[in-house]
Amino acid sequence: MLAKRIIPCLDVKNGQVVKGVQFRNHEIVGDIVPLAKRYAEEGADELVFYDIAASSDDRVVDKSWVSRVAEVIDIPFCVAGGIKSEEDARRILEFGADKVSINSPALADPSLINRLSEKFGVQCIVIGIDSYFDEETGQHQVKQFTGNEDATVTTKWNTFDWIKEVQSRGAGEIVLNVMNQDGVRCGYDIEQLRQARAICNIPLIASGGAGEMKHFADVFNDADVDGALAASVFHKQIINIGELKAYLKTQQVEIRL
Amino acid sequence: MIVIIDTGCANLSSVKFAIERLGYKVTVSKDAQILQQADKLFLPGVGTAKEAMANLIERDLIEPIKNLTQPVLGICLGMQILAIASEEGFGDQPIIETLGIVEGHIEKMDVAPLRSPHMGWNQITPKLDEPLFKDIPPGSYFYFVHSYALPVNECTIASCDYGSPFTAALNKDNFYGVQFHPERSGKAGAQLIKNFLEL
Repeated sequence: MLAKRIIPCLDVKNGQVVKGVQFRNHEIVGDIVPLAKRYAEEGADELVFYDIAASSDDRVVDKSWVSRVAEVIDIPFCVAGGIKSEEDARRILEFGADKVSINSPALADPSLINRLSEKFGVQCIVIGIDSYFDEETGQHQVKQFTGNEDATVTTKWNTFDWIKEVQSRGAGEIVLNVMNQDGVRCGYDIEQLRQARAICNIPLIASGGAGEMKHFADVFNDADVDGALAASVFHKQIINIGELKAYLKTQQVEIRL
Repeated sequence: MIVIIDTGCANLSSVKFAIERLGYKVTVSKDAQILQQADKLFLPGVGTAKEAMANLIERDLIEPIKNLTQPVLGICLGMQILAIASEEGFGDQPIIETLGIVEGHIEKMDVAPLRSPHMGWNQITPKLDEPLFKDIPPGSYFYFVHSYALPVNECTIASCDYGSPFTAALNKDNFYGVQFHPERSGKAGAQLIKNFLEL
């Protein structure tokens, strides 16, 4: 059976891995390559690298590190940040990334999703969605340019409408990041992910809120996502990936040990 | 000499790195003469069948590849284009004619209610005593990313199940193919590449 995936996310800024709380106040966590290698050895199923400044600073990710990561790790990885054209995507895939993830540029020009999936195949086109739940209006809003707080804008898109839109344009996978939960470690937004799951026929990855091992079991068993992404709990070694996977196996989650 | 056939599709480098991690030297080439001189060849592929075939035609590599007599390992799309044809076309070209080395047609996977693409780690069932799977523990997971597949046929040497059974690995004469990505399948994948190189 297809295993559920545990996906450490490494936010990259100026060639370093960083992590902030609710997308702010980024602190340096460490170098990219040793961290990537450590996660692969601990049993991560996949890695995601977000160049968090790339979209908001209007520049493409510095790609030299993509090749360095590809040299040392033997699990798949995805690169996100500032990919605005077929040429940008081609370069990153040629450096050895398995997938590219598009967020802000897809909101600016949704036809980019069609062009990329026709060119490279739907299977390597991931769409990242930053979703914010506005308690006052009860709306789930898609945010753009979240890498830089000053540049972040609220788009016209409702999260669930955007999920449908990107699928119809050829997305191969969706990473749904719930901004309200990001970095606060009090659990994934099961309700929102469940709603997303109901309308999502492609792989869906949960992001934002992991704080303890039970949160992973809950998101797999209650929201039926295909993968769970987390950053701070792994960087800060609050959760060991090997122990997490052994625990999930006891919780009847299909997992690769 | 180990050669990766430069298909013009992306992701040659991850295959190259995986071979180098095993301590081998490897050449990436689209030169028919170099292909002919190789001891072992890899035919990688990420992208679409249409794009991959267009690149091979442009590089005059169709006949040189068909005429190879040394072991060749097609990976993912590289395995699929060994078949007769693929449904992975667009618009006015819905069926793409492929290399025709191995029997069968590549079909869109019918996976409902499961999600498509088939993306992630899955287990496979190899035939007994296949040298490609030597020293790989039963139940090992391999990394798959695809939405088209070859139905199980007489060339199948390992199958996988996602919605329905399909070919996870194949062999005909000197041509081998794997639908998964050994270069991204951890220890099990590294062992498979090693097995191929030691054939």
